[in-house]
Amino acid sequence: MSHSSLTQAFGLLLKRDLVLALRRRAEMVNPLLFFVLITSLFPLGFGADTSLLRAAGPGLIWVAALLAALLSLEGMFRSDFEDGTLEQILLSAHPVSVLVLAKVLAHWLVTGLPLILVAPLLGVLLALPTQAIEVLLLTLLLGTPVLSLIGAVGVGLTVGLRRGGVILSLLVLPLYVPVLIFASDAVATAAAGIPITAQLYILGAMLVLALSLAPLATAASLKISLS
Amino acid sequence: MITAFFHKLSSPKYFYGIAGRWIPWLGGACLLLTLAGLYQGLVVAPTDYQQGESYRIIYIHVPAAWMSLFIYMVMAGAGAIGLIWRIKLAEVIAISSAPIGASFTFLALITGSLWGKPMWGAWWVWDARLTSELLLLFLYLGVIALYNAVEDKRTASRAAAILAIVGVVNIPIIHYSVEWWNTLHQGPTVTKFDAPSIDIRMLIPLLIMAVAFKLYYVTVLLMRARCEVLERERNSKWAQALVTGK
Repeated sequence: MSHSSLTQAFGLLLKRDLVLALRRRAEMVNPLLFFVLITSLFPLGFGADTSLLRAAGPGLIWVAALLAALLSLEGMFRSDFEDGTLEQILLSAHPVSVLVLAKVLAHWLVTGLPLILVAPLLGVLLALPTQAIEVLLLTLLLGTPVLSLIGAVGVGLTVGLRRGGVILSLLVLPLYVPVLIFASDAVATAAAGIPITAQLYILGAMLVLALSLAPLATAASLKISLS
Repeated sequence: MITAFFHKLSSPKYFYGIAGRWIPWLGGACLLLTLAGLYQGLVVAPTDYQQGESYRIIYIHVPAAWMSLFIYMVMAGAGAIGLIWRIKLAEVIAISSAPIGASFTFLALITGSLWGKPMWGAWWVWDARLTSELLLLFLYLGVIALYNAVEDKRTASRAAAILAIVGVVNIPIIHYSVEWWNTLHQGPTVTKFDAPSIDIRMLIPLLIMAVAFKLYYVTVLLMRARCEVLERERNSKWAQALVTGK
C-alpha cells in the first residue's frame, strides 16, 4: 500500500468495501426491504383510491427513499471506526477526501443502486404511468448519490457518538429537502406529460456540487471525530 | 494597534473583563431603542390601508427573521475562524450564538403564524419563506444537538462549526428550492433595489427595531460567551481566582 498511486488506493478501497458488503448480504437487504415496506404502508394508511395514489406516489416513493438512505447511512463508517481502519485511512499519504469518495461510492453501489432497481415495482404499486416511472428512475439515479454524499458528512460528524443515529437524522434530513423537492416534482410533472429538463438539470447541478464539496467536508469531519 | 487590541481581546481572560464592562452599556442602549421603536411602531406609525392594525407585528416579525439569518452567518463565520486559526474565543462566540439564533427563528415563526391567521386565514400555510424558516430552525437545532452530544467541548465546537458551514452552503439552495416549490408570502418591501415600497413613517420604526434586536443579540451573546469562557477555563488560575474571590 505504501507505494500505491492514488488511483490504485481508490480502487483497492472500493474493492475492499464491496467485498465486505457482499459478505454481509443481510445488512445490504435491510434498507431495501424497509423501502418496499414503507411504500406499501402508505396505501394501507389512506385507502386504495388509484387517483389519490397516483397524485401522492412520487412524493411517497421519494420520502421512503430518503428514509431508506438515512437508515443505511450509519453503517458507512461504523465498522471502520470500530476496528481502526478509519484511522489508517486518515494517516495514509493520499488525500483523505478522495479515499472518502471511494467509500461513499461503494456505499452508494450497495445501497443506492438497489433502490433504483426496486423502484419500478413500487411505481407500479402506486399506479404511476410508464413515463413517470422512467423519470423516477432517472431522478433516483441523479438524487441518491447526493443523499449518500451529504449523508457522509453527517456520518463523519456523528461516528464517534454512542447514540449518533437520532442526531444524524436531525443533521441530515433538512439538507435533503432540495433533492426531495426537485425529484418528486420531476416525477409528478412527468406524470402530467410536461417536460422536466429544468428539474433534471438542477438535480444534476446538485450532484456535481455535492460531488465536489461533500468529500472535503466529510474528510474534515472525520478528522475532528477521530481527534 | 487595532490588531494588538483584537489579539488581546481574543484571550479569554481579557474578553471576560471587557465583555463584563460592555454588557450594561449595550443592554441599556438596546432597552432605549426597543422602547423608542415600539412606541414609534405601535403608536406613531400610520395604520395600513389594507391590513389594518395587524400589520404592526412586522416590528417584531421582520427584525426577528433578519436576525435568524444574520446570526447563522455569524455562527458559521466564527466557526470557520475557530477552525482555521484555532481561536478559542471564536469557538465560544459560534456556539453561544446558536441558541440565540434558534430563538429568533422561533420568534419569527410564531409571529408569522399569528399574523397569518387573520391575513391568510390559517395558522400555518406551506408558504416558501415560512418553510425555509422552519428548516433553518432545524439546522440550528442540529448544530445545538451535535454540540451537546460530543463530550469534549473543543471537539464539539469544531464539529458544530463544520455543520454550520455545510448549512451555509445549503441555505441558499434550500431557500430557492422551497421558494420555487410554493410561494404565497408577500414580496419583500424593504430590500428592493429601487425605492422601498414601504411608507417612510413605517420604515423608521422598523429600522430602529432592527438595530435594537442587533444590540439585544450582542448583549446576550456576550453574557452567554462569558459563562461559556468561565466554564471552559475552569482549570486556569484567573478563573478560579475570580470565582473564589481570592
